[in-house]
Amino acid sequence: MDVLLQQIINGLVMGSMYALVALGYTMVYGIINLINFAHGEVLMVAALTSWTVIGLMKEAMPSAPGWVILLIALLIAAVVAAVLNFTIEKIAYRPLRNSPKLAPLITAIGVSCLLQTLAMIIWKPNYKAYPTLLSSEPIDIAGAVISPTQVMILGVTAVSLAVLMWLVNATQLGRAMRATAENPRVACLMGVKPDTVISATFIIGAVLAALAGVMYASNYGTVQHSMGFLPGLKAFTAAVFGGIGNLGGAVVGGILLGLIESIGSGYIGELTGGVLGSHYSDIFAFIVLIFVLTLRPSGLMGERVADRA
Amino acid sequence: MKSNKILTYVLWGVGLVLLPLLLQNLGNAWVRIADMALLYVLLAVGLNIVVGYAGLLDLGYVAFFAVGAYMYALLASPHLTDTFPVIAAMFPGGLHAPLWLILPVAAATAGLFGLLLGAPTLKLRGDYLAIVTLGFGEIIRVFLNNLDQPYNITNGPKGIDQIDSISFMGLALSKKLDLGGFEIASVTLYFYLFLSLVLVAILISHRIQHSRIGRAWMAIREDEIAAQAMGLNTRNLKLLAFGMGATFGGVSGAMFAGFQGFVSPESFSLMESVMIVAMVVLGGLGHLPGVILGAILLSALPEVLRYVAGPLQALTDGRLDASILRQLLIALAMIVIMLLRPHGLWPSPDHGKSLLNKEGA
Repeated sequence: MDVLLQQIINGLVMGSMYALVALGYTMVYGIINLINFAHGEVLMVAALTSWTVIGLMKEAMPSAPGWVILLIALLIAAVVAAVLNFTIEKIAYRPLRNSPKLAPLITAIGVSCLLQTLAMIIWKPNYKAYPTLLSSEPIDIAGAVISPTQVMILGVTAVSLAVLMWLVNATQLGRAMRATAENPRVACLMGVKPDTVISATFIIGAVLAALAGVMYASNYGTVQHSMGFLPGLKAFTAAVFGGIGNLGGAVVGGILLGLIESIGSGYIGELTGGVLGSHYSDIFAFIVLIFVLTLRPSGLMGERVADRA
Repeated sequence: MKSNKILTYVLWGVGLVLLPLLLQNLGNAWVRIADMALLYVLLAVGLNIVVGYAGLLDLGYVAFFAVGAYMYALLASPHLTDTFPVIAAMFPGGLHAPLWLILPVAAATAGLFGLLLGAPTLKLRGDYLAIVTLGFGEIIRVFLNNLDQPYNITNGPKGIDQIDSISFMGLALSKKLDLGGFEIASVTLYFYLFLSLVLVAILISHRIQHSRIGRAWMAIREDEIAAQAMGLNTRNLKLLAFGMGATFGGVSGAMFAGFQGFVSPESFSLMESVMIVAMVVLGGLGHLPGVILGAILLSALPEVLRYVAGPLQALTDGRLDASILRQLLIALAMIVIMLLRPHGLWPSPDHGKSLLNKEGA
């Protein structure tokens, strides 16, 4: 029983990070129908920036408590990520907005490759240990353990989701975003500036990715220039799983994906009598995804559209 | 006019035959680059059927390349006979399937996998399809990585080595050929083999494009519902596109295995799929000459840059690694080319009105 509980906790932690990244994918997709391949790299840049900031802060004020350092690192990482994503959109995606659908996809791939290479030049290609800033004393819940870092991840995710929901549902910007997603031309006629809305979307997505990046790094304890790839891929899967373009879907998709992965990899060995081990966990998510999409072609919470997606 | 056209073809033919002989003088490494470029052309032409003609975005295309490569590796290496005594007993002389057997088997297996991928994804559109194909590619790769237990079929991450090199009608391509004092290097022989395969692929692809099937695919690409209303069997046509595309990938994979003599899951990563898609889109979606150009450019460019990057590296006091610089330049090239020519380097002149101006929705 406590094994199951432990897997559920791990799954929730992973899932909430996927959800944060997936939100960035889904918001961008909802508004300009683009798979932002570079989103995982924004996460990576944020994590590496926070690593540098933490290193500098630890030297500058060794007596500062861990959570203060983490908070400042988080803020700086978020700002860097936001500026970066804003610039990417402006340079690589905006000129191609009325081009064939696959053109921005290729620039996105190019940007992703470029950022990885630049990160490799700036931060060197080796794995770097990410310091543990919160106490590493595990907390015991009914036989399962959860670390303070994981508690922080769950807390930060919950808070940022609440803020995002408020932003999208209750502010003027949110209304403009929803209107643009529904019909850009009509939204434009109603006085919504599409460029502003799109930039805002990229900035919000980047901040969420930065949060996820810093938490991902704290959870795993290492950072490296290629670390953005896997969470990016999984988060994109989560976004499609939940129904791409749908914010609630991204959250549900992300958390479900995390749960499926950790529970699946925990039990797959027992279920198959040791034939398939936990190293198959990466494909577990994809197999579930294929099943779900075969039964519900537009994702769990996606709208059924008559014409092409 | 007509004789002019023939003359152009003849010139192209002579040029292509002479190309490896000229490159051979610069060193065999250059011919190797040309060989790999031809394999990528084969892949890009195959993917162009799926993405360019039928409009189905496939991000897991490298899976079929992998299937072809492992098919060759299993049928023409000591791996299976070493691991399974049963198979060793069946083939006392070792398992060395000839090319004319492997090629159809690899093509058919890859085609079968194409259908396997196509069947559950028929209802999916656009980006849902992209993610499922991507997942499929990853699934194949993870299986290649882990099928060394309980039965050692793929030898896991270590890969399969000692693969027989290709021999064609009694001519072993791994040895250099002596034509009355004039030597033709092994890599040049491979070049001719790959070139002929590429030409066959281009011919098939070109003929299909203008056939009833090709037009049907393009109708599906433009508007699936309208195509269905016109009486096209979209299900079979889409399956056919997946199968055909996969077949090309399988052939290319088999050639890759024979050429390299070694296969491992590392060669079949997602990035490879993405690069093949980039070749097709960068060159000009659905337009054969463009696709070929894109494939040659993206596969040969990194290798050529390897030589250019050396001096640049010296300029920066060796601070920048040559391979890093190469990656940087490729990424920049992809972005800049797409920004300057969003329809690809050499886009198809026909569908200027429909396909190219289509926005996402």
